[in-house]
Amino acid sequence: MTENLHLWIIPLLPLAGAAINGLLGKRFSRGLVATVALTFCGAAFAMALWVVSQFSSLSTIPYVETVATWLRSGDFSVSYSFAIDQLSVVMLMVVTGVGFLIHIYSVGYMWEEGGFYRFFSYLNLFMFFMLTLVLASNYLLMFIGWEGVGLASYLLIGFFFTRDSAAAAGKKAFIVNRIGDFGFLIALFLMIQHFGSLDFAKVFDAVRPYAQETSGAGFLTAIALLLMVGACGKSAQIPLYVWLPDAMEGPTPVSALIHAATMVTAGVYMVARSHVIFERAPSAMMVVAIIGTLTAFFAATIGIAQTDIKKVLAYSTVSQLGYMFMACGVGAFSAGIFHLMTHAFFKGLLFLAAGSVIHAVGGEQDMRKMGGLWKKIPWTWFTMLMATFAIAGIPGWAGFFSKDEILWRAYQASWAYWIVGVVTAFMTSFYMFRLMFMTFAGEYRGAAGSSHGHEEHAGHGTHLGRDTAGEAPAPHAPAPHGHGHGGVHESPWVMLGPLVVLAVLSIVGGWVGIPGSLGGSNHFDKFLGPVFRSSTPAVNAEHAQAGESVPPEQTTEGEEPKTGHSTELMFTGISVAAGFLGLFLAWLLYSAKPDLPDRIADSLHALYTAVANKYWVDEMYATIFVKPLIGISTLVFWRGVDQTVIDGTLNGGAAGARELSDEVRHMQSGNLRSYAGWVAIGAACVLAYMVWVGTR
Amino acid sequence: MNWLDQNILTLVTFIPAAGGVLLMLAPRRDREIRWFALLVSFIAFIASLHLPAHFHRDHAGFQFEQNVPWISSPNIHYHMGMDGISMWLVVLTTFLTPLCVLISWTSIHERVKEFFILLLVLESALLGVFVALDLFLFYFFWEATLIPMALLIGMFGHGRRVYAAVKFFLYTMIASVFMLAGILWLYAKTGSFDFVVLQNQIHSGGIPDFAGASFWLFLGFFIAFAVKVPLFPFHTWLPDAHVEAPTAGSVLLAGVLLKMGTYGMLRFNLGLFPEQARANAGWIGVLALIGIVYGALVAMVQPNMKKLIAYSSISHLGFVVLGIFSFTQAGLNGAMFIMLAHGVATGGLFMLAGILYERRHTYEISEFGGLATPMPAYARFFLVVVLASVGLPLLNGFIGEFLVLSGAFQAKMWWGIVGATGVIWSACYLLWMYQRVFFGQVKHDVKNSLPDLNLREKTALWPAVVMALAMGVAPMLWLNGIDPAVKNVLSPSTEKNISLAGEGARATQALASKVVGQ
Repeated sequence: MTENLHLWIIPLLPLAGAAINGLLGKRFSRGLVATVALTFCGAAFAMALWVVSQFSSLSTIPYVETVATWLRSGDFSVSYSFAIDQLSVVMLMVVTGVGFLIHIYSVGYMWEEGGFYRFFSYLNLFMFFMLTLVLASNYLLMFIGWEGVGLASYLLIGFFFTRDSAAAAGKKAFIVNRIGDFGFLIALFLMIQHFGSLDFAKVFDAVRPYAQETSGAGFLTAIALLLMVGACGKSAQIPLYVWLPDAMEGPTPVSALIHAATMVTAGVYMVARSHVIFERAPSAMMVVAIIGTLTAFFAATIGIAQTDIKKVLAYSTVSQLGYMFMACGVGAFSAGIFHLMTHAFFKGLLFLAAGSVIHAVGGEQDMRKMGGLWKKIPWTWFTMLMATFAIAGIPGWAGFFSKDEILWRAYQASWAYWIVGVVTAFMTSFYMFRLMFMTFAGEYRGAAGSSHGHEEHAGHGTHLGRDTAGEAPAPHAPAPHGHGHGGVHESPWVMLGPLVVLAVLSIVGGWVGIPGSLGGSNHFDKFLGPVFRSSTPAVNAEHAQAGESVPPEQTTEGEEPKTGHSTELMFTGISVAAGFLGLFLAWLLYSAKPDLPDRIADSLHALYTAVANKYWVDEMYATIFVKPLIGISTLVFWRGVDQTVIDGTLNGGAAGARELSDEVRHMQSGNLRSYAGWVAIGAACVLAYMVWVGTR
Repeated sequence: MNWLDQNILTLVTFIPAAGGVLLMLAPRRDREIRWFALLVSFIAFIASLHLPAHFHRDHAGFQFEQNVPWISSPNIHYHMGMDGISMWLVVLTTFLTPLCVLISWTSIHERVKEFFILLLVLESALLGVFVALDLFLFYFFWEATLIPMALLIGMFGHGRRVYAAVKFFLYTMIASVFMLAGILWLYAKTGSFDFVVLQNQIHSGGIPDFAGASFWLFLGFFIAFAVKVPLFPFHTWLPDAHVEAPTAGSVLLAGVLLKMGTYGMLRFNLGLFPEQARANAGWIGVLALIGIVYGALVAMVQPNMKKLIAYSSISHLGFVVLGIFSFTQAGLNGAMFIMLAHGVATGGLFMLAGILYERRHTYEISEFGGLATPMPAYARFFLVVVLASVGLPLLNGFIGEFLVLSGAFQAKMWWGIVGATGVIWSACYLLWMYQRVFFGQVKHDVKNSLPDLNLREKTALWPAVVMALAMGVAPMLWLNGIDPAVKNVLSPSTEKNISLAGEGARATQALASKVVGQ
């Protein structure tokens, strides 16, 4: 292999930044902390760009480089080895590009917060793990990144650790993710058992000869389903989605980077990466599609009734991730990745803009206390509007193309997916424009004059820890922006810059995948083609007989017959109409007739309460799992088995542990030294005897 | 073989005890005694580094052997030797002891001399357990660990220290009797206490009545080891011992003493009775699984931080036993790796708990809360150690758990599945504890003035943290010594490898047959 890209440097750059800021950052000025973090993150982005520029001249794709053996046991070994192919290129650009933008934004957003160095250290650490996840060339290295982003997520959700809700949310995220990881691990064990390796290339080569497990389910189905359990945890799908809304306790840039643009899409990436396995497990594929469809719908209904601006976006993220899994489930992996990319742009932007709004109104997150902001923060408003157009599927914007492709492919699999998908698209458009109208239109409903600081400042003035208190900015610290103390104010350019870039991407980002029916040729799908098509040959024959509704050879739309275009256009028209209907309804309810929502809520009281309370799923989990577990552990295991049965038996049944202890205490009370002495003397005697015998 | 290679095990084993003897003669000058103990334990650590530095990693058998007749009747040899299984346990012991000295620097302020004498003697006894290859010698060291440990708990512990010390002493002492009976039976039949000789005779089928007795022999050894591990349901001495023990006692108890049990299973239960071990693997694996889940669930609801860590040890050691009795390469490698990783991580946890106890004089979790504010450095060290214990990849806990579970999965699928729930439980109990101790608002004013870590405490913690990271990032440094030794345990037919050292063992065998002949 002549070429050497040194891929391993890409993740190590942000790790170095994390280490420097983590170990020394306490003594650094804010400017230096930001410089270090941006330099290393930016360097990773630059290097990623260079790698991509070399990509077309690579002789072998996927390009793999092995750095060292990580662990070996018998014949089984795992290496630190990194790989790049078309799929990783997309992920790499999204992660480093969007990640870098959010780093820049964070400098402005976090400037006045305590723990500035801690924040950037964690953020860089996240980049390290995420890049490891994306560039790994085997499942175990991917698992390092997988668990590592979970750690970074835990640390950043609980960044304001003095707030109990933030600490609890961090822990919840970690534990729920661990439940998913349990499935992931079992899947890895199955792979080891059947293939003796966790290397992508080796596993997929071993899987390719297998036929589809059409009748019943074999071990490939088991592996696929277990991987999906892992994906459900990381990507917040039913039934493990509950951690993501709580994760909004983290600072808003974290929500944008980790809980919208990158980490939560890792599950989609993993499923797409494992498509060779999934394609041979049709029943697992169906499960993926159904989970994705249900989650998309279910989360969107909750999003409609939320009043916290970040919570709306959180449920929206869950819902959009559902679309991506729907795509994977119907075999449209490249469509799923396409939506993953456009979603990273527009959802990252939505969160950053929401952060800018929150910043502007002094930490308020309740949309009922906003309104009329568009004149005061025009840049934020305009960029956020672009993202809203994108997510609502307004033709021409990025989300339109990716969502449309998913819906079209879903229809080809089953009309049921399509109907739910279109209804969800309508709800998406509705709750997003509801958000926009409540926030930006009408009159300002908040209390003026109290606006300084972020949401994190509200209601917990003493959260600054010692490490953080030390670096609270001095009154004369050169802030990069004049932080207004009176009224609503636009954010500084260090924050608006990333918004503008992402707004542009939210518009043009979809143009790489314009489908044939609209006169394009879907370059994106063609680009990913080699990854997703490479597995098809073995399945082809199978398909011809089985008559599967999703023939993998149709992965590239370019190959579809032209006659399908008119049908496809009609369906596109329907989903566009659904988007505009949502816009209209939101305008009607939240701008034209603002008293209507309350009346509707009253008339549909039960339904509204259920939705507003998120269907009480958290409460249900607590009642069914958490409380019984703690109760049984305490009463049955600890007090019962341990203290009563085992100790009781050993101490002579009725005597019990307490009495023994008393007895011993009486015997030994005041006699400690003599007791110790006896033991020592006894030991000495044994020793003396042995020496004597030995020398005899 | 040069002089150093031949005597290194004796040197390493007895340097601490020699230091202890010197301390007995020393005047009661606490400051100097502390420095001296630190120096001695550090020298022992440096000396022990000779072992991995000159260890032949591709040799599966015993190395650095020393075998001289000690007592002719009964036929006891001073037979020391070490392979890839025991090597890292030796280094783990010498690694942890200086940290124990550092962590006891100010917390022990009465009878300082006695404390450090006991600590150093304990270290020697622990080291002896891992390198003794004569069963009598092994049993001597085995019991010798009890005395200083019981005294450390009984003299320097907290509230119910005497109860805990007696419980610990009686529990493990009584269990050891079964092993002693087994050892004596073997001696009666073969005239030898030598492990290598016995192993060869057993493999060649040269011991009369062995077939009928082997189950009881296996069981006798197993009970002694299972109590030490401790394996469910023999575990109830452990939480009491830990809660009452002084910090250094807890560190060595969890870090090294428990591994005597799992080491014993690996060396003697699998080494001497491989068929019985395989035949009984079923129910032992089930006990290990119960330990994993049960230990974790009980840990979750403990109101006392030290008890929580103690129960977490039961859970972690369950993984070790599961790995051993999975009889797979991965399982045994993982079991060895967890022994080391758990020593570092749980040793670290107990040091951290002790640091807090010095400041607040309690282990009750509800007494804390919000400590990350006054003690940020402490919180960070604690987090790294907790994550290592939780099994986060790139820290040391993950490697062992992954290998053990994949091995268990190969052995019996449901073992792997039930065991893997452990990754969920450990996150539950440790992160919940972490949240209650460190996050939220500081509730009592007194805690705002809690001092953060001082230089001495950081010096004690840094090595543990660095080791946790190093073992997670580059596990091959440890595994490549363990792997061949483990392979050897799994395929006992290759007996020529086992007595690689040659002359010594053969001489012993000749002597043994002579004794039997008499």
